[in-house]
Amino acid sequence: MEQPIRPVKGRRRFVNFLLGTSIGGTLISVLYPVLRFLIPPEVVESAQSNVLAGRVSELRPNSGMIFKFGSQPGILIKTPAGEIRAFSATCAHLQCTVQYRDDLHHVWCACHNGHYDLNGKNISGPPPRPLEQYAVNVRGDEIFVSKG
Amino acid sequence: MKLVRVNGIYDWLDDRLGLEPLAAHAREKVVPLHRHSIWYYFGGMTLFLFGVQVLTGILLLLYYRPGEDTAFESVQFIIADVPFGWLIRSIHSWSANLMIAILFIHMFSVYLLKAYRSPRELTWVSGTLMFFIVLGFGFSGYLLPWNKLAFFATKVGTEVTGVVPVVGHFSARLLRGGDYVNGATLTRFYGLHISILPLAAFGVLFVHLLLIQRMGMSVPRSVEGQQLKTVKFVPNFALRDLMGWLVILALLATLATLFPWELGEKADPFASAPAGIKPEWFFIFMFQTLKFLPAKIGPVDGEVLGVVAFGVAALFWLLVPFLDRKSARGEKSPVFTLIGVIALLYITVMTVIGYLT
Repeated sequence: MEQPIRPVKGRRRFVNFLLGTSIGGTLISVLYPVLRFLIPPEVVESAQSNVLAGRVSELRPNSGMIFKFGSQPGILIKTPAGEIRAFSATCAHLQCTVQYRDDLHHVWCACHNGHYDLNGKNISGPPPRPLEQYAVNVRGDEIFVSKG
Repeated sequence: MKLVRVNGIYDWLDDRLGLEPLAAHAREKVVPLHRHSIWYYFGGMTLFLFGVQVLTGILLLLYYRPGEDTAFESVQFIIADVPFGWLIRSIHSWSANLMIAILFIHMFSVYLLKAYRSPRELTWVSGTLMFFIVLGFGFSGYLLPWNKLAFFATKVGTEVTGVVPVVGHFSARLLRGGDYVNGATLTRFYGLHISILPLAAFGVLFVHLLLIQRMGMSVPRSVEGQQLKTVKFVPNFALRDLMGWLVILALLATLATLFPWELGEKADPFASAPAGIKPEWFFIFMFQTLKFLPAKIGPVDGEVLGVVAFGVAALFWLLVPFLDRKSARGEKSPVFTLIGVIALLYITVMTVIGYLT
């Protein structure tokens, strides 16, 4: 009696297909949640656009101070001429926190020796962009800083 | 009497586990002796220091508490209050640094002697992967005490990943556990340092050691074909290895006791980066390169070009055995020797400049 070879092969291939796809499916159903778990969720920033950054009486001319702008640091500067300015304190190069150098009369980043002038413009070193500038409002002794 | 009992135990185990092939391998394994044999010891020393890291790491784990408000304080507690805590912590830090230093020597000696050539390509690849894993240990472990220097080093280090084109933003978020370096990053680095990297390290190390056992020690081309003296691995070479380990242990104890590793100041996300900030010494050559690069090179940001160049260099390093066709054929390969020497000089010079400026 002749063996019906073809259907057996076809059946075997079909079973292999089912086995292969179910292994693949199981792997995907395990790996997908794991991969998604590893990626941190986007945290909605509090829409804080105006903060009390400091007090005029605390800020000497030719000095600077770091303030909290939501979850990020900002820098408040009183120029040697007495003008108050505010910028993001996050260096445009690799995100270190900048500081005011009273000996240089401008903003400096210690991490990679980046320099910014009193307008926040990158003037020397590796920073590719200026610092983001904030609007400053002085009400009495209080200095308010707002975005844009 | 005692020997009989030991033999009895061995026979009992051998019956059940089939130890004889392993014992035969240990009896037959020999190490060639020649003028470059000294370099054979550095792999073993790295392994020894890795063991020290595992042991002291487990001990530190008993007191360390990850978290923005607890990490620094718990390390302070380990140093100040736990008996011998200062010693265990200091040994962990010193041993990490010594391990990386000796790993550099091991890696460059293997490279310059072309021990990666056929048939040991996979030994090189697994060793280089181990090197990358060890750098990962260094980077993640540095943040765990949550001090100022580590905080900014991590900020810069993760941002370096962030500037890689296409996948950068995604991988920086993945590393940080969010958009910024904060407590979430600390938790993530802790998981990486004590669980993910150790698992990877044990896997790769197992393959690395297995390949070395399978293929024996590589003999440099310059002495290949000569009649070389050999010594038995067990016990002769193993005892010499042990001497090397004792020297390292003595050095480690001296350094850890006389120069206890400092903790520094607690990290403050709302403080300016302190002047004189530097990453760990083994990352300084990259840090210094990024410092030298101008803001723009043509249309591209300088740091993007720098980071991509280091990525390409790392891939080249990993694939050296497959690129160096001359060595694979057993011929001299001066170009690759030159590349190795230049890499070594570059790292040394940039590191020195980084410390002097």
